[in-house]
Amino acid sequence: MHQVMLETNILEQNETFAEHNQAHFRAHGVFVINFMSAPGAGKTSVLEQTIQLIKAEFKLGVIEGDLMTTLDADRIAALGVPAYQITTGTVCHLDAQMVQRALHNFPLDGLDLLLIENVGNMVCPAEFNLGEDLRVMVYSTVEGAEKPKKYPLMFHQADAVLLNKIDLLPYAGVSLAELERNVLEVSPETNIFPLSCRTGEGIEAWVDWLKQRNAEFRQTPAANAAAVH
Amino acid sequence: MHEAAIVQGILDIAIRTAQQNGAAPIRCIKLRLGEFRGVVREALEFCFEAMKRGTLAEQAALEVETIKLRAACANCGEIECAPRDYNFLCPHCGEVLNILAGREMQVEYVELD
Repeated sequence: MHQVMLETNILEQNETFAEHNQAHFRAHGVFVINFMSAPGAGKTSVLEQTIQLIKAEFKLGVIEGDLMTTLDADRIAALGVPAYQITTGTVCHLDAQMVQRALHNFPLDGLDLLLIENVGNMVCPAEFNLGEDLRVMVYSTVEGAEKPKKYPLMFHQADAVLLNKIDLLPYAGVSLAELERNVLEVSPETNIFPLSCRTGEGIEAWVDWLKQRNAEFRQTPAANAAAVH
Repeated sequence: MHEAAIVQGILDIAIRTAQQNGAAPIRCIKLRLGEFRGVVREALEFCFEAMKRGTLAEQAALEVETIKLRAACANCGEIECAPRDYNFLCPHCGEVLNILAGREMQVEYVELD
């Protein structure tokens, strides 16, 4: 019997696929955002609101992940934006290989931004890098104040937390300050945007930040190389 | 329940190593798993027992070392602490803590026949 030392990352295969995806995104000059949340937090509504505000300015594409149905992709397509649905069957998250397969059927040519809506799940998607530039989490006020403490990993990974359904705060039994404090303890450097997809309050602040991040991405050598290409 | 995908990653690494060593049966797979990962140990073990059947790891044991979450504050002169309730703000000065350990997810070694 002998021991072989490895110290190998268990998700190395996913990381390899994610690197390929990122190189592919870079070659097309596409800025990519991965939206994650619990089921029902409002990811598709956030996408609809965001798309309405930026579709005149940017060429958009959307990849939707769900266990079943093409309902979400249908909602996005209704806005006149190309949408591709990955139905994962029983798999509770998107991984980099699924996204790579989707890209075979979903041309990136001419796109500025690709929005990926992950499967609604608070645990699994946080472990799988897709090759994205930004991770955005949607957290609705009615989920309660303890969520960041119970599911810390996804919050910790998020570049931005969209605190959705602030119109329901009077009924949620929590204060905005309490929700924000718990998010910031777990993820001190994240950006929090309180908003409501129903009333539209706060959406513009989030979209301005997204545009700013996209503009910063356009300043990087990788994006400029793609533009020349 | 993404533990199946993680177990597949573990088996791929271990079986590849066994094949590189003349298809030697695997006796043990040792993991290093940080507590700040989204992995449920019971689910991992359940998937491992189901998925190892018919492979070079059929007789293998899975040994898991859990690595505690530890962080440090650069502002306080690298004071090390175990963040309570996943609070990554320094309990002394309020600065952001840097994670030192607890994010591991590795196959450390495999034992072959």
